[in-house]
Amino acid sequence: MKLKMILTALVIAGCGVSAVIAADDPVKVREGLMKQIGGSMGALAGIAKGEKPYDAEIVKASLTTISTNVKAFPDQFPAGSEANSEASPKIWDNMDDFKAKAAKLGADADVALAQLPADQAGVGAALGIIGKNCGDCHQAYRVKK
Amino acid sequence: MGARVRKLVTAVVVFAAFAGGAAWFLTKPEPWSASHWDGLGEPDLANGEQMFWAGGCTSCHAAAKSEGDAKLVLSGGLPLKSPFGTFHVPNISPDETAGIGSWTLAEFGNAMTRGVGKQGEHLYPSFPYGSYARLTPKDINDLWGFLKTLPKSANVAPPHDLPFPFNIRLALGGWKLLFFTDKPRVTVDTSNPKIARGQYLVEGPGHCGECHTPRNGLGGFEAAQWLAGAPNPEGEGRIPNITPGSKSIGSWSEGDIANYLQTGFTPEFDSAGGSMVEVQQNMAKLPVSDREAIAAYLKAAPAIE
Repeated sequence: MKLKMILTALVIAGCGVSAVIAADDPVKVREGLMKQIGGSMGALAGIAKGEKPYDAEIVKASLTTISTNVKAFPDQFPAGSEANSEASPKIWDNMDDFKAKAAKLGADADVALAQLPADQAGVGAALGIIGKNCGDCHQAYRVKK
Repeated sequence: MGARVRKLVTAVVVFAAFAGGAAWFLTKPEPWSASHWDGLGEPDLANGEQMFWAGGCTSCHAAAKSEGDAKLVLSGGLPLKSPFGTFHVPNISPDETAGIGSWTLAEFGNAMTRGVGKQGEHLYPSFPYGSYARLTPKDINDLWGFLKTLPKSANVAPPHDLPFPFNIRLALGGWKLLFFTDKPRVTVDTSNPKIARGQYLVEGPGHCGECHTPRNGLGGFEAAQWLAGAPNPEGEGRIPNITPGSKSIGSWSEGDIANYLQTGFTPEFDSAGGSMVEVQQNMAKLPVSDREAIAAYLKAAPAIE
């Protein structure tokens, strides 16, 4: 009985420790930011393809997530954080270009936010402009492991 | 005594000559007979353009980071790093001196499908003729016709930068003897025309296996690991497994694969990265039916974990 309690306490403590590590780990943070951007792209694509009805709130929320997350994104690459990640070492050799590419996606998302796409076709057009940034940056700076 | 030595020397010389002759015979460049390229008629330029995009010619032969019409200027020069040294991609624009404008259809076809250059020399398999070998003479003729419509470039690409022994072209005959084949890579249901077309595109012009299949120490494919993923030949990371046994792509539907090749987005809305960005942009220029055929073949290919 006592042993069980100790074990339980240890497991709980362990979870707490790993949660703290996850929050501080820049790899986890930036992967989380990108996953949310991917989710937003998916929501927009669903509308653009007509699989989901047009919904101004969802469009706005998705564009906002893309804009907010990508602006925070380049700050999650402290020196030495390429281990166990899909980040190419080229990021640290070309940090200015890497930041410029992130800023470009942020700016494209902000343009769409300032004049919110009003229908399915508008979302498709905005997605075309925004989506091009993904491949442009992943081509140079993302490495599949 | 003297006679015995002479006899031995003669035997050694005869053996060496025979072995050398046999080796030469087994490894000499083997272009098709001239009649292979006869009677193909006027090229279908629209089909030639599709072969151009399916083959990804521009991704290596145009200047790096070309966009739009610059992708059609095949000036060469791109360095391709490999474990065997650095290859410099040649100019294949229709320029008569710097490019291949003076070549005949047969010379072009033999380079594409037999790995034999204009001078009858072996070509390095960094040029993926081991895949292009599967192209039909008609598709070669159409592609050749299309290439001749593209702009000329006078750019002279540097020669390959390869250490000994990889700079010996003759040795490539041995490589071909061991690894060159124009036979199907895997067995799929070719009675299904969609899968058969997909096999043609993936194993032939698309040359997907060149990066997605692991190689042995001599640069030949690990045949049992077809499309099962490999170290990135350009250095960092890995090229993913694209068989149905893949942890990442195995769960994709045919529609997911076709959509990825068209838009560059995975079902989770991650995007293509690395060299696949250019490949995907090329594939996006193919007819929908061809992307669907590629997807059908990839789902039909043997699953490898």
